[in-house]
Amino acid sequence: MARSGSVQAPLEACAPGSISAVPTTSVSSRHSALVRITHWIATLCFFALLVTGIEIVISHPRFYWGETGNDLTAPLFKLPIPSSRALVPTGYGYVLPDQNGWSRYLHFQAAWIVVLTGLLYVISSLVTGHLRKDLLPGKADLSWRGFSTAIAGHLPFQRPGAAEAWSYNVLQRLTYLLVIFVLFPLVIWTGLAMSPAFVSAVPATVTVLGGQQSARTIHFFVSLSLLLFLLVHVVMVCLAGFKSRMRAMVTGRAGTDMERT
Amino acid sequence: MNDLSRRKLIKTGLAAAAGVSGLGVAARMAQKYGLVPPDHGGIYGFGETLTYATQRLLTRHSLAREFSQSQISKPPFANEIPPLNDAYKRLHDGGFADWRLSVDGMVDRPASFSLTQLKSYPSRRQITQLACEEGWSYIAEWIGVPLSHVLDVVGIHPQAKYIVYFSIDSDWWDSIDMADAMHPQTFLAYGLNGNELPVGNGGPLRMRLPRQLGYKNVKFITHLTVTDNLKGFGTGLGSASEGDYAWYAGI
Repeated sequence: MARSGSVQAPLEACAPGSISAVPTTSVSSRHSALVRITHWIATLCFFALLVTGIEIVISHPRFYWGETGNDLTAPLFKLPIPSSRALVPTGYGYVLPDQNGWSRYLHFQAAWIVVLTGLLYVISSLVTGHLRKDLLPGKADLSWRGFSTAIAGHLPFQRPGAAEAWSYNVLQRLTYLLVIFVLFPLVIWTGLAMSPAFVSAVPATVTVLGGQQSARTIHFFVSLSLLLFLLVHVVMVCLAGFKSRMRAMVTGRAGTDMERT
Repeated sequence: MNDLSRRKLIKTGLAAAAGVSGLGVAARMAQKYGLVPPDHGGIYGFGETLTYATQRLLTRHSLAREFSQSQISKPPFANEIPPLNDAYKRLHDGGFADWRLSVDGMVDRPASFSLTQLKSYPSRRQITQLACEEGWSYIAEWIGVPLSHVLDVVGIHPQAKYIVYFSIDSDWWDSIDMADAMHPQTFLAYGLNGNELPVGNGGPLRMRLPRQLGYKNVKFITHLTVTDNLKGFGTGLGSASEGDYAWYAGI
């Protein structure tokens, strides 16, 4: 089977040692135009959602569980930050400026764009086989040996071999699948569960989560997970070779040889 | 220019023309079915229009969740209110006996109602959640007269598209479309948890819309205007925040 291992497949020839087999000016692209465009649109939207999300949280940096929660209710936990509202007991002697108006506008606009972009990505990935070929791990990779090889390869923080410039390893595949099919749907769901109009039409959106405040708390933690993913993702890109990986995601060309001094 | 690139050019041109006219048709349909919010212009207009149009199509008749007596928030919560003006204080000192709700605009019979008159109409109570855009929320039992009943009494014109509502504090006014105005859970609330509506919660009269966030639930209501166009109100963006906060607050 061609898809037995994510690191092999059509790239047997470009394993380390036979680097000369990789043409310096490769015509085939590492990432399709659709993957590159949707990646950068999602990146922009993520930053917009992150900044505006932080601004919105600042107006009430307390979290609760269940249906309701307010200044008179015991919080599940609170963030040790000042607030943009005077009524919130934060322990700080000052109040930050209110940024909720534009933050909410931009939060929902960025959410729409990333949801539409994400739908385009998922549907086209199903059609073109990107999902099956590039993201679903091969059978061999899903064994303990596959995992331990991938993890052992990561531990010394070495630059990955040339093959990994052309294909995702099993840890990458599972992480991307988790982000695309678990974290993103969950953050959209918990976001909608906070909308009083949306839940009037689809009450189960919020009731199965245990209430509107539970939805808000889960939304916060899923957002944190996405932020953690972003940080690890950027660190990995730097370790793998920032210039070559950026070039691959911008122009589509892999050109691994350039950085292998 | 060879055949292939000409064919490509013609195809692209046709696709672009179809796209533009498609958008034009979509925009006209959206206007016709009331799916365009007053703050559809500007850099956030795209997202705002999508949100409003989608939620309007999805929620025109849906009912906000109602809760049981045991779920009412204890202790009852009331958000900060701005300092009240002299006109309010005078009415407050008189036990709100002279509080009036005037209704004008596109109506057959402009009227001015006392609280006693409003309380004589069929009342409705419901236990719903008030969620603030900041993130906090509480559940309370609200008692009031459905806004649709008051609108029926004055007889609104068929071309009416919005209800603009004003607080006694001239810094606060807002507006809603007819889907929200005629919704059975939208009402002018005068009671909370079995008592008169406290000042801190907007007493003696507050607009209550459980399907929209707290800031659309304007306190101290004294005046309603029925209109088919929001252009004549402030800068035409439909609320006192003048576009700082989204006009539609269903999310």
